[in-house]
Amino acid sequence: MNTIFVVLVSVLVIALAVTMFRVARGPSLPVRVVALDLMSTLAVGLIAIYAVAVRQPIFLDVAVVLGLISFLGTVAFAYFIEKGEFPWPRA
Amino acid sequence: MAQGLSLTLIFIGVGFMLVAAIGVARMPDVYMRMHSSTKSATFGVGFVMLGVAVAFGDFAIAARAMAVVVFFFITAPVAAHLIARAAYVSGVPMWKGTLGDDLQGCYDREAGVLASTPADASSTGLGGGVA
Repeated sequence: MNTIFVVLVSVLVIALAVTMFRVARGPSLPVRVVALDLMSTLAVGLIAIYAVAVRQPIFLDVAVVLGLISFLGTVAFAYFIEKGEFPWPRA
Repeated sequence: MAQGLSLTLIFIGVGFMLVAAIGVARMPDVYMRMHSSTKSATFGVGFVMLGVAVAFGDFAIAARAMAVVVFFFITAPVAAHLIARAAYVSGVPMWKGTLGDDLQGCYDREAGVLASTPADASSTGLGGGVA
């Protein structure tokens, strides 16, 4: 793996850590869902850069599937936030 | 040449994604965080995928990368709309410096219906009123 790809992946890992801070802190459930959605988007970019770094285009399929699943997860979270009852505080 | 172009595109994309992450960490309320995460991160993924398509230089792989871009550009606004609606309906407070709430009085909490105009005309927000 080239040095430049190590730098790119490191920047994305820092971005993932910053987003993870927001998932942990909250303060409300929709904030956590937004941050988790961003984390999966960052992971798609990470996988794409890794595919270029190791010259294996098969990893792009993983990025496609992760994008699909993260959208479905976000829609499900939104549905249950809107309709559901919560044992935890809403805001 | 192609490698330099692809690395430049990937660098731009990663920069946008880092900005999105910082925005989500630093913005004051959920609606502003959504603004940062949805637009900036989607744009970043678009640039990264463009760089990937240039890097491999193969039509089948480029088509797959562009499919990811199209998919993200379609789904990101839908997901953001759903989450914003869920956040508003479940009563997540806005930032204290927010100037106005155009949907004030439009949501009937008992019936669970979010109307496009307020139930009584007097309870509009600062930017409210019937256009």
